[in-house]
Amino acid sequence: MDLSWMAWTLPTSLFWVCLAGLLIGMGIWEYFSPGGNPRVGILRFETTRGDRLFISLLGSAFIHLAWLGLVGPNLWWALGLSLIYAIGVFRTV
Amino acid sequence: MDKPYNNKAWFLVIPVFLLVALSAIIPIMTVINYSFQDTFGNNQFFWAGTEWFQDVLHSDRFWNALGRNLVFSMIILSIEIPLGIAIALTMPKKGIWVPVCLVLMALPLLIPWNVVGTIWQIFGRADIGLLGHTIEQLGFEYNYASNVFDAWVTIILMDVWHWTSLVVLLCYAGLVSIPEAYYQAAKIDGASRWSVFRYIQLPKIRGVLIIAFLLRFMDSFMIYTEPFVLTGGGPGNSTTFMSIDLVKQAIGQFDLGPAAAMSLVYQLIVLTICYVFFTVMSNVGVDKPDARVED
Repeated sequence: MDLSWMAWTLPTSLFWVCLAGLLIGMGIWEYFSPGGNPRVGILRFETTRGDRLFISLLGSAFIHLAWLGLVGPNLWWALGLSLIYAIGVFRTV
Repeated sequence: MDKPYNNKAWFLVIPVFLLVALSAIIPIMTVINYSFQDTFGNNQFFWAGTEWFQDVLHSDRFWNALGRNLVFSMIILSIEIPLGIAIALTMPKKGIWVPVCLVLMALPLLIPWNVVGTIWQIFGRADIGLLGHTIEQLGFEYNYASNVFDAWVTIILMDVWHWTSLVVLLCYAGLVSIPEAYYQAAKIDGASRWSVFRYIQLPKIRGVLIIAFLLRFMDSFMIYTEPFVLTGGGPGNSTTFMSIDLVKQAIGQFDLGPAAAMSLVYQLIVLTICYVFFTVMSNVGVDKPDARVED
């Protein structure tokens, strides 16, 4: 099957592989610990671990965009900041 | 007792997943791929890195379109929500006029968006349109095609005409669900009309009002067809909202890379609003754990 019209590149493929990996990882986590671990955190509404992953990914996208707009194209620091943010979300939200 | 979980049910989601993959995931994969590359057609792509995203984030064009979107949403919300509540309050609660009012209210919602644009395009013309002709006869100069203020007024009027009914119907549904006993109690206490609205009706329609507010915000933020048909984004760029700008860039100028980057930023904003929308809707009427009375 010719997928050249989708204009695949190595970095974008890695991005999607990481996303798919995260989803598979969440699936495995759910298999061993079903129910999604719902709790009420600092946002004052109930979140499951799927919600927390979504908030982490969405926030990370904005962190990367903000870094790109305010600092520059070197995104490694933005990635580090996003990881810290994601850990914070999973622990407190 | 622990709740039983059966993860085999996830297999039932596969058909929907395949459908969403074809209609959304594969297209968005392509858009993300395009946003990091440049193309001159003929399926030839050149790596551009994050250049398009930087261009979008530093472009006045993008921020101006985003600003117009936000201003537009704020204006139509500040008109449609109070107007919708006011109309719903005046609608009859029983009798033969109820279905008549409901059908009349539902009519604008049934008209396709491009037809709404065309209706107002003709309606606003000074030579053949009732609105344009009447305004000119009153001694005012009115031309939505050349005057920025007129274009904005016409688009806002069009949106108010098209969508206030939705707010009305939602508020009306909330109002008719209030038990008669509340009104009787208010009457015994000698409550004024304002007090009845402030302390009975408004709290009772809070849930539907939040839904109406968020629905109208989302819809107005993604508006495309009506202003595109009416003004085409003009005069100049004065009514070029983000969706119109995106189409101009992607299809008009064939700048697929910058358009893909812009659409991803746009989508992130919409996705965030959607999530807030979903969360608020899911939590309307749900007791907070700390609000529960301990026995």
